[in-house]
Amino acid sequence: MNATVIRLLALIKKELQMVIGDTQSLRLLIAPVVMMLLVFPFAATLEVKNNALYVLDRDGGPVATEIIERLSHTPAFSQVRRLRGEADMRAVIDRQDALVVLQIGPHFSERVLAGQPEPIQAILDGRRSNSGQIALGYVQSILAGIPVGTALDAARPPLVVRHWYNQNLDYYRFILPSLVAIIATFSALIVTAMSVAREREQGTLDQLLVSPLTPWMLFVGKSIPALVVALIQATIILIASVFFYGVEFRGNVLSLYLCLVPYVLALAGIGLFISTVCSTQQQAFLGVFLCMMPGILLSGFVTPIDNMPEILQTLTWANPIRHFIAIAKGIYLKASLVSDFTDNLIALGCIAVVTASVSLALFQRRLS
Amino acid sequence: MNSGAVASTTALSKQFPGASRAALSEVSLEIRPGVVTGLVGPDGAGKTTLLRILAGLLLPTAGTVRVLGSDPGQDMETLRSSLGYMPQKFGLYEDLTVAENLNLYAELKGLRGKARAETFERLLTFTDLARFTKRLAGQLSGGMKQKLGLACTLLGTPKILLLDEPGVGVDPVSRRELWQMVRELITEGNAVVWSTAYLDEAEACDDVVLLSEGNVLFKGPPRSLHARVEGRVFLLDGASESPRATLRKARRDPASLDGVVQGKSVRLIARAGATLEPTRHGVSSEALLRRVAPRFEDGFIDLLGGVSSAESALAQALAERPRDGRVVIETRALTKKFGDFVAADSISLEVQRGEVFGLLGPNGAGKSTTFKMLCGLLAPTSGEAEVAGVDLRRGRAAARQRLGYMAQKFSLYGHLSIAQNLEFFAGAYALTGKTKKEAIERLVAVFEFGHYLDTKAGELPLGLKQRLALAAAVLHGPEILFLDEPTSGVDPLTRREFWTHINGIVERGVTVLVTTHFMDEAEYCDRIALISQGKTLAIGTPDELKAQAATAELPYPTMEEAFIGLVGRPS
Amino acid sequence: MSAAPLFRLAALIKKELLQILRDPSTLIIATLFPVLLMLIFGSGISLDSTVVRLGVFDQDGSPPARRLVETYRHTPGFRVVEGKSTDELSDLLRAGKLQGFVVLDQGLGRQVLTGSRVRPVVQIVTDGAEPNGANFVAAYAQGAFAVWSEQELARRGYGPRSPARAFSLETRAWFNPSTKSRNSLLPGSVTLVMMVVGALLTALVVAREWERGTMEALLTAGVSRFELLVSKLIPYFLLGQVAFTICVLMAHLYFDVPLRGSIGTLYLVGSTFLGGALGMGLLISTLMRNQYNAAQVTLNAAFLPGLMLSGFLFEIRSMPVAIQAVSSIIPARYFVTAMQTVFQAGDVWSVLTPSLIGLGLAAVGFLGVTFFVTRRRLE
Repeated sequence: MNATVIRLLALIKKELQMVIGDTQSLRLLIAPVVMMLLVFPFAATLEVKNNALYVLDRDGGPVATEIIERLSHTPAFSQVRRLRGEADMRAVIDRQDALVVLQIGPHFSERVLAGQPEPIQAILDGRRSNSGQIALGYVQSILAGIPVGTALDAARPPLVVRHWYNQNLDYYRFILPSLVAIIATFSALIVTAMSVAREREQGTLDQLLVSPLTPWMLFVGKSIPALVVALIQATIILIASVFFYGVEFRGNVLSLYLCLVPYVLALAGIGLFISTVCSTQQQAFLGVFLCMMPGILLSGFVTPIDNMPEILQTLTWANPIRHFIAIAKGIYLKASLVSDFTDNLIALGCIAVVTASVSLALFQRRLS
Repeated sequence: MNSGAVASTTALSKQFPGASRAALSEVSLEIRPGVVTGLVGPDGAGKTTLLRILAGLLLPTAGTVRVLGSDPGQDMETLRSSLGYMPQKFGLYEDLTVAENLNLYAELKGLRGKARAETFERLLTFTDLARFTKRLAGQLSGGMKQKLGLACTLLGTPKILLLDEPGVGVDPVSRRELWQMVRELITEGNAVVWSTAYLDEAEACDDVVLLSEGNVLFKGPPRSLHARVEGRVFLLDGASESPRATLRKARRDPASLDGVVQGKSVRLIARAGATLEPTRHGVSSEALLRRVAPRFEDGFIDLLGGVSSAESALAQALAERPRDGRVVIETRALTKKFGDFVAADSISLEVQRGEVFGLLGPNGAGKSTTFKMLCGLLAPTSGEAEVAGVDLRRGRAAARQRLGYMAQKFSLYGHLSIAQNLEFFAGAYALTGKTKKEAIERLVAVFEFGHYLDTKAGELPLGLKQRLALAAAVLHGPEILFLDEPTSGVDPLTRREFWTHINGIVERGVTVLVTTHFMDEAEYCDRIALISQGKTLAIGTPDELKAQAATAELPYPTMEEAFIGLVGRPS
Repeated sequence: MSAAPLFRLAALIKKELLQILRDPSTLIIATLFPVLLMLIFGSGISLDSTVVRLGVFDQDGSPPARRLVETYRHTPGFRVVEGKSTDELSDLLRAGKLQGFVVLDQGLGRQVLTGSRVRPVVQIVTDGAEPNGANFVAAYAQGAFAVWSEQELARRGYGPRSPARAFSLETRAWFNPSTKSRNSLLPGSVTLVMMVVGALLTALVVAREWERGTMEALLTAGVSRFELLVSKLIPYFLLGQVAFTICVLMAHLYFDVPLRGSIGTLYLVGSTFLGGALGMGLLISTLMRNQYNAAQVTLNAAFLPGLMLSGFLFEIRSMPVAIQAVSSIIPARYFVTAMQTVFQAGDVWSVLTPSLIGLGLAAVGFLGVTFFVTRRRLE
């Protein structure tokens, strides 16, 4: 066997032993995954649930009653509470007890039955504007469905809305594929960024450099465990998603794993870059944090990329997390094909190549 | 118990949870006032633990401890102003200036106003740091940091001073000055406890407590230890072969307990009641044996029972290389600058095949820098370095294959076992199949790793760690070995054993480059380069250098004295 | 000699401040990091969809259908891509190139003319993989459709006087009339930033003393637990206030988030929270003793729960009860509520008091535990 191959294999084996062979470090890699799996899908939801709907009904007529009745059966509102007056209304919003308050005027039912247009006042808590608007959306669709018995209703053309891939717009379906990306990010970055810094601090780096092992071999050797760890974690999440949360995997599993490779390599490149630039583990950790926080916030995990200003959207092309979240969601939920993501994969490849080359160059320079 | 003792312990034991053996076992000792007590022992002996217990920073698991009449663990408040403790890392804030450090500790000890100003003046003159009050502590040299650490400890005029290895790695001149300072502090009412791994420092103390693996091996004045081996220590001069070969042969004599190279001679200790007969075991007949006065180290070795054998099984397995006197390591005007700071200044030297060459100098002298440049770990600012005919900076794998490297601090993978470490380095050096298996098995046998094969390297005792590091360095049969301070902090027995192996290897033609700040280790080298402040002061055999430094007052200087003589006063 | 302890404390604080000023990484955490994060939160995180890429497939081609297509084209916020088949559009949707598409049924024209309601004339398809976006796409698309259907009805004789809509919803938003998501997100973001900054500042600090060996010297010099903790707390508290001020200034001056409460209340709430965040960092630092572990735990304990469970982005009430319970012990949650209120509502004490109590308990809790856990000796 070629000497280089022998050396590389020995290096990879050693790296794997260090990352996986140690029970404590293994625990540190698995425990956060499990924790996040249990909490995030439940916590990360922009659905509006369990809120009380507050109504100030000054009318009391049949149409008002009908409306209140319908509203109390929406899943969005756990109960409907009646308010006694304006003062109550203020209090309940101030205290953030109410997301939305409806105010029905005194002659409401009368006028509606007479065919006169009559608005209902909806007041929402602007501090939680997003949730408020969603809640309003629910209210509006309920209202739209109430027949009032005028000829007009009969004339209005019907439409249908379909939410593909996620009929009920369940948030956990949205979160779980993205979790694969997020969790792989943590481990890949920490494993690669801290590893060179740790070797430097513990003194083993010199021993490596004196040996026939070259820097590029070191980099390859350190990227592999990141890949292995990411694969293991991804598998755990996928199994949990499919069997525990019941989110069917619609695409081709193999293509997801295939796309994981350039993603982890891109992350490893960034991790190695941090590792080369920082002298101590503490600095490396701060570096990881500085990259990770903006990386996650601007990846489409929290809020969609489409909502960002143009400049930022262009900048996110350099963010590997963004690309993989799109790929993961696509393959998992939409049965996308690898070919749908050619531009993302190319971007990942570029990131990996650029960061690795720069790191290598910097590393060589540090030696002098 | 002597009621005049400043501090004492009775059957003191300390067991750390999860450790395989006790850190301290039934230690009973007394610290007398008015003297310097040396706490001596290799790394891991328990010196720091003992000092921390005396300082009240740790509580004993069993036994009692008394300092100035109180129990330090319970009565820290009363003792605080009478006790001064200097930890191994000096306890200095590197981001603060000398003055800021002093002011902080002065405030913490309640030293204010006029008393503070006076004490500062006294201490700054005493430590010669008055010129550096505005310098950041992190930018001081090792020796200066030591002195500053001592100064901070002396604030508040403590009655008992506990110093944890204050002389480690410091240049000999500074070390002397530190000693001087400490001696001046001794009065009738106070005491100093100085812990060290260096046996020559131990010899200079008034009282000595010898610790090994948590047990007290000996306590009393150093001279008492000499008495053990009085009359059994000899120097063997005038043999025709190299001292190394002479040593090997002389040690075949079953009557010899221990032997070590000393310049051109070989120092031997005879077993009790036995007579040495070196010529009967192969040493050339012109060699003469003469009795000499024992050193502290001789007594220590005798206490520990001596080393097993002088033959290196390791060496026997190595292929013999031609002794052709070729130059295998060469540097020409090698220089390294870090900004304005010149770490190594125009170093030129040559090492021949089969030589043991030493780079000798204190920490910060530039020997580690030179060493790293030779290994290819650091790129020189100017000048050239060639190893085995190749410039290692551009060294291809083939060139590095011929080198072995053993770093100063244990630099193998602590989380991996011995077996895993060896497997890895075998692979890194492209050893496979049968070759690999045989090489590893041979080393396991030679170094007796047997029981510990699956223990994590980080949990091994220091001696085994050193052996593992050496094993990894020679696994692939290198022709040049780079050893960076390989035996610092190790007990004499392990050091002997280590050098037995090295000597054996060298006799087979391997070249060895060693760096050390431990002056006595220089005796084992064929030739030495004395380095101070980046420059080579002198290059030659140990005896040549000693002759160079000899003066009328000091006709037979030790290596350390030679160094001091040749270097003059550092700034 | 009762003044002596104060001098000791002052000396320790001075030491800490000098170290901070000479260590760039700490200053970066306190100044640049908040700026960076606020910029990201302000510009990058938004729940308001600005532009929706909508596909349209007109299977009908009749004048009403064309008018509908035109309505979509002219709706601000839609960027319309006309497609030639459902397959083409669904491929684009799958690839994420469209956020939704609309299919006009081939019988649309006829149905509008005859007023029949046999089957849906329009199918709106959204990308459910992006649930929040899907909601908006559906809402906008339905809205545009409603506009078009009113116009069509008007053409057929149902004039503007006719009660085309029996009742409608008139919306007003209190506290955030423009309902820009940014206005509610940014005060919450301040929470996340302060949480991370606070914990990061102190998480490494105690561990560093252990690793560098200065802790031993301090302990021997008789520094008490109280002195140790307070001397570390005060300088970082000041630094934290700097970070807080930067966040507030960026939110208010740069991003124009209205500040309706008083400055005093703002800093009262901020300081209480800071106490808790710093306390948590100190606790981690004391327990971990080495920087690597301290850093890892901080990441997991500060950033993630802050992001997910504080309520700044995800509604706490929508979470399952078990998770809500977990959220109630996270101080960030109370800070989010308080910040949103102080910024957008004002000094509403009915909300602020419970928040302050929660924050106060967190601060006392963390600092108290740290005090007990700090060792007077080396083990």
